[in-house]
Amino acid sequence: MAHRMERRLFGMDSTLKIVIVDENPVRAAILADGLREAGYTNVTHIDEMTNLLARIYTLDPDVILIDLENPSRDVLAQMFQVSRVVKRPIAMFVDQSDAAAIEAAVDAGISAYIVDGLKKERIKNILDLCISRFHAFARLREELERARTALSERIVIDRAKGILMRIKKISEADAYALLRTAAMNENKKIADVAQSVVTAAELLK
Amino acid sequence: MIEDRLRIGFIPLVDAAALIVAVDRGFAADEGLVIELVREVSWSNVRDKLNIGLFDAAHLLAPLAIASSLGIGHVKVPLLAPFMLGVNGNAITVSPALYEAVAADADGDLGDPSVSAQALARVVARRRRVGAELLTFGMTFPFSTHNYQIRFWMAAGGVDPDRDVRLVVLPPPYMADSLSSRQVDGFCVGAPWNSVAVELGIGRILHFGCDLMARAPEKILAVRAAWAANRADVLKRLLIVLGRASDFINNPAHGDEVASLLAVPDRIGVAPEIIRRTLEGRMRVAIDGASRIDADYILIGRDDAARPEPNSAAWLYAQMVRWKQAPLSADALATAQACFRPDLYDFALGAGAMRRRAPSDGVGAFTGPRFDPADIAKYLAAF
Repeated sequence: MAHRMERRLFGMDSTLKIVIVDENPVRAAILADGLREAGYTNVTHIDEMTNLLARIYTLDPDVILIDLENPSRDVLAQMFQVSRVVKRPIAMFVDQSDAAAIEAAVDAGISAYIVDGLKKERIKNILDLCISRFHAFARLREELERARTALSERIVIDRAKGILMRIKKISEADAYALLRTAAMNENKKIADVAQSVVTAAELLK
Repeated sequence: MIEDRLRIGFIPLVDAAALIVAVDRGFAADEGLVIELVREVSWSNVRDKLNIGLFDAAHLLAPLAIASSLGIGHVKVPLLAPFMLGVNGNAITVSPALYEAVAADADGDLGDPSVSAQALARVVARRRRVGAELLTFGMTFPFSTHNYQIRFWMAAGGVDPDRDVRLVVLPPPYMADSLSSRQVDGFCVGAPWNSVAVELGIGRILHFGCDLMARAPEKILAVRAAWAANRADVLKRLLIVLGRASDFINNPAHGDEVASLLAVPDRIGVAPEIIRRTLEGRMRVAIDGASRIDADYILIGRDDAARPEPNSAAWLYAQMVRWKQAPLSADALATAQACFRPDLYDFALGAGAMRRRAPSDGVGAFTGPRFDPADIAKYLAAF
């Protein structure tokens, strides 16, 4: 412990023990990779929420990062309590003077707790890194969602084209043109018109 | 009419009812309020998002607003409670095994919390003699009425909640699972989670919260003090809307409609029947069908329950002092009392009528000294 303290004094932050509490394995991996790239090699990921406090006490981390979608955040509130299980006080990193930091973190969807006494400037870059990684993950998720939507739209348009081709005995290009004209006239998306065609066809079956 | 947009955070619990009905039944729109209700997963999130201004107002644990105003456990941000969203509504549920053990050791009627607490003390002592593990109980947050109620009950039987048992924070949706996997032996939580455990056949309700305290302050509408000052008109309209929603909820003719409004997945998301029975205080306490009726099980604005009383805030503060979360000081007491704002409530909704069935000390605990906000040291010394 004394050895660790000494190294801390000399600014070797790579010794900081960081715990990531996140049930989303992809996001946790993105975060852990970012931390390792930045030189924080002692990173542990907890994805199992049962006995969370006991796991955290066993790991005895300097910094705890938890995503805001995790209901177990309230479990951490217990660490602030005076109680026999507390081994050492823990404080949330973003304190009174850091309104902007807490806002940026909450906005990104993450919360950070550090062991009391650890100078906050020293983990400022950890939090900044987390925030940018969380944003990166959110963008990734949005892109995935967009790709999924695009795919399902294409499927529904294909089905609608097939229905029109069968019923009206027209070509695929004409079926698509018909959908597009209807969409323009009704000021709707082609996928929405296609969905109406598919629904109507199901009802008329 | 001018439209004002508000974002309000809530946790999916039955005592968010007034907020949900106010928005989804159109009362808010009638007052020109466009409210976005944001469902949250943790009290920490609700508090933080309210504190930094992402929310205009929030459904919040009453003691958490006091803790925030005192700067205990987290950043100090003065919060106000101009409206009680819920009084009572909690229950203590135990595993079938613990129920059997407590019943076997009960010297009298197990419905009496003094009897059950003493029985628990005997179970705890016996387990210690045979070297069994400590019993574990769940509650929802360190600054919660659940925490204070379960501690009050245990201590009344001579069980030290910090030494004789393990008391852990568990998010409400995990309570039932933790009981069935035997990670906890019991818990104190709000509606609908006790009923959920009963319906799953994995828990038995030992006490309603109102068995322990006739009137326990539970959830408040919380706003930042600065926000209340800057947006007094919006706050007033919000309180009027909540008052209307409470009246609507308490009209028995609306029972089905209220239950189905609350039951939808992005609101509370449990079966309407459970919500309806909860609001009526008509709950099954065991899977074999035994049920109890208590009109005081949960109060959503009924009998002036929505009017915040500084006395309730003082009682919550006294519990914080009792369990060593806060030091006792006259300043802190004054700060706690000032969180609860009957003046703002009266300004919007008219001065409250006299409470019909309020206990004489405002709380009505099943045992212990009469609560006296003027002498908390003496009150605490009497335990």
